Amino acid sequence: MNTVLRTENLNKFFYDPIEFKVLKNIEFEVKKGEFLSMIGKSGSGKSTLLYILSTMDNDYSGSLFIDNELVTGLSKDKMAEIRNEKIGFVFQFHYLLSEFSCLQNVMIPALKLGRLSVKDIEAKAYEKLEILGLKDQALKPASKLSGGQQQRVAIARALINDPIIIMGDEPTGNLDSNNTRLVFDMFQHLTRSYGQTIISVTHDDDFAKKSDRIIEMKDGEIVKY
Amino acid sequence: MNLSSSIAKTYIFSNKKLTAVAVLGVLLGMSVYIFMNSLLVGFDKSSNASIFRNTSHIRVYKDDEMSKSLNQDSFSLSLIINPKVVPTNNTILNPNMILATILKQKDVVAATPQVNTNVFYNKGRLQISGFAIGIKPDEANTMYNIKSFMVEGDFNVLKSNPNAIVIGSGISQKMNLSIGDYLNLTSSKGINRSFKVIGIFKTNNSVTDKTKSYINLAASQQLLKEGNSYITDINVNVRDPEHANKVAQELTKITGYKAEGWKEANETLMATNKMRKMIITFVSLTILLVAGFGIYNILNMTVSQKINDIAILKAIGFKGKDVIYVFVKQAIFIGIVGVIGGVMMATILITILKRVYLGGDIGYFPIDYEPLKFMQGIIIGLVITFFAGYIPAKKAANVDPVAIFRK
Ligand SMILES: Nc1ncnc2c1ncn2[C@@H]1O[C@H](COP(=O)(O)OP(=O)(O)O)[C@@H](O)[C@H]1O
Ligand SMILES: [Mg+2]
Repeated sequence: MNTVLRTENLNKFFYDPIEFKVLKNIEFEVKKGEFLSMIGKSGSGKSTLLYILSTMDNDYSGSLFIDNELVTGLSKDKMAEIRNEKIGFVFQFHYLLSEFSCLQNVMIPALKLGRLSVKDIEAKAYEKLEILGLKDQALKPASKLSGGQQQRVAIARALINDPIIIMGDEPTGNLDSNNTRLVFDMFQHLTRSYGQTIISVTHDDDFAKKSDRIIEMKDGEIVKY
Repeated sequence: MNLSSSIAKTYIFSNKKLTAVAVLGVLLGMSVYIFMNSLLVGFDKSSNASIFRNTSHIRVYKDDEMSKSLNQDSFSLSLIINPKVVPTNNTILNPNMILATILKQKDVVAATPQVNTNVFYNKGRLQISGFAIGIKPDEANTMYNIKSFMVEGDFNVLKSNPNAIVIGSGISQKMNLSIGDYLNLTSSKGINRSFKVIGIFKTNNSVTDKTKSYINLAASQQLLKEGNSYITDINVNVRDPEHANKVAQELTKITGYKAEGWKEANETLMATNKMRKMIITFVSLTILLVAGFGIYNILNMTVSQKINDIAILKAIGFKGKDVIYVFVKQAIFIGIVGVIGGVMMATILITILKRVYLGGDIGYFPIDYEPLKFMQGIIIGLVITFFAGYIPAKKAANVDPVAIFRK
């Protein structure tokens, strides 16, 4: 199997309020179709690492390869394109555009990518919402949905461009066990059937154990993988 | 519609009150700008129009000369001199040749000779002092458009009747003269002559109306006991009155006589106009700028309110410039709606004021639809809106999504 994500000697400092090394020599790789869980105590640097992997944070030293391409050092615009096309991101707190309908929220990354017609994008968005059990909520404004529903809409949005990697920062953190299972099953299905890759930070031990591989972080270092 | 436009649209319509306030600001700023500047043009036009009824663009005449000491040698003994105006005749020598020279200049469109005569108007025991202007009727009419401010009589009769006179309405009132009456004129040379009133004009400038009259050039020369080559002034009109002073300088060089542009001759009035222009320009631009601040403020607020949205958009792949589009498009929308509203409002204001009668020297409110000022307003308005939108948009584009997600 080939590698879709790889890091070399990642280091990151925070300087405010005091100089502090959050990430220490992070080196790991993720294979295509892998379902990876990242665990570790709060403050161990998981979110910080995930933001770097997702190309949103580029204030670090070391190298990041996505889809066998060196991403480190690319222009911000180029990274935005990579995020749009290759990465789906799910945040712990849903983060939808509240004035838009669920459907529109899901459609936006695809409209940005601009590969399909608006009609096809809409059909595809409906399809993703249906998988997450939200088809009947499609036209509601995002702000009218419950937290769990919003989180599932955010997952649908992360899937719309069929990204090669889906990253989640505690994507099930606010979901009940039913929804958590639903999300897990779907992630697993995506890796098995479509060869998509999942990197998910979680505090849910069950969730982690069922996944393909666990990386544990401690004080900015990977301690187990 | 593309993505950034539809996002911009959603933001604009989800916050209707704010949008309306911003639009209203631009609308008011625009309409006041266009209105005030149209008014300014109107003021200038009306003041120029009243100047050009009496004054040509350039007046060429023989200036008084001061006497000079005969001895120019500075090494000789000290001289006591007493400079005085040299008592020469103030006629222009060889006026026909000079007229021809002037007319050859490329900026000159018309030139006509004129004789100014100080006179007394006599009727019975009543005597008013004033000045009779000797003119060539047709040429003078093209220059001053005298016919347009005639209130009685027919100006054309002046051509056929060497004893005809056109008098100001003030003279006609004071001396109770109407068309067909005879009026006696006494010149400074003591010549007495009767003229037949064939027309009355009214310039709305009461001093002019009470003192001025037009007679034939030949009649004025006779009043001064002079021959037909006696000319005191040559009046010149040029293509663009704004360039009159420059042309006047050239004419001075070419003819050797003093040539004075109308602006020079009306310096006080020009200074007033200039001041008015500065004030109105400053105030109207300030108002437009304030409208720009309104947009800036509101968009700045929108950027702060939508900072989460901006972070998400960047996380899902919006580039800096895509974010800029979202916010600049909002500003442009506000700007365009405001500008259209402002143009309509200004048009309405001008339409109403055009019909207001003020009387006196001015008549109707001196305002008109000035296309140039509309264009200027629209362009300045849109430029200001653009920048008022661009600055907050730039701020939005620089939002660091990670910093937002960590909060
Ligand atoms: N912007 C920042 N400035 C300074 N320190 C930060 C900043 N963001 C996070 N940290 C610190 O970095 C460490 C790692 O944070 P984080 O990556 O959020 O951990 P995790 O997601 O594993 O809980 C924590 O100690 C946190 O306090
Ligand atoms: Mg975290």
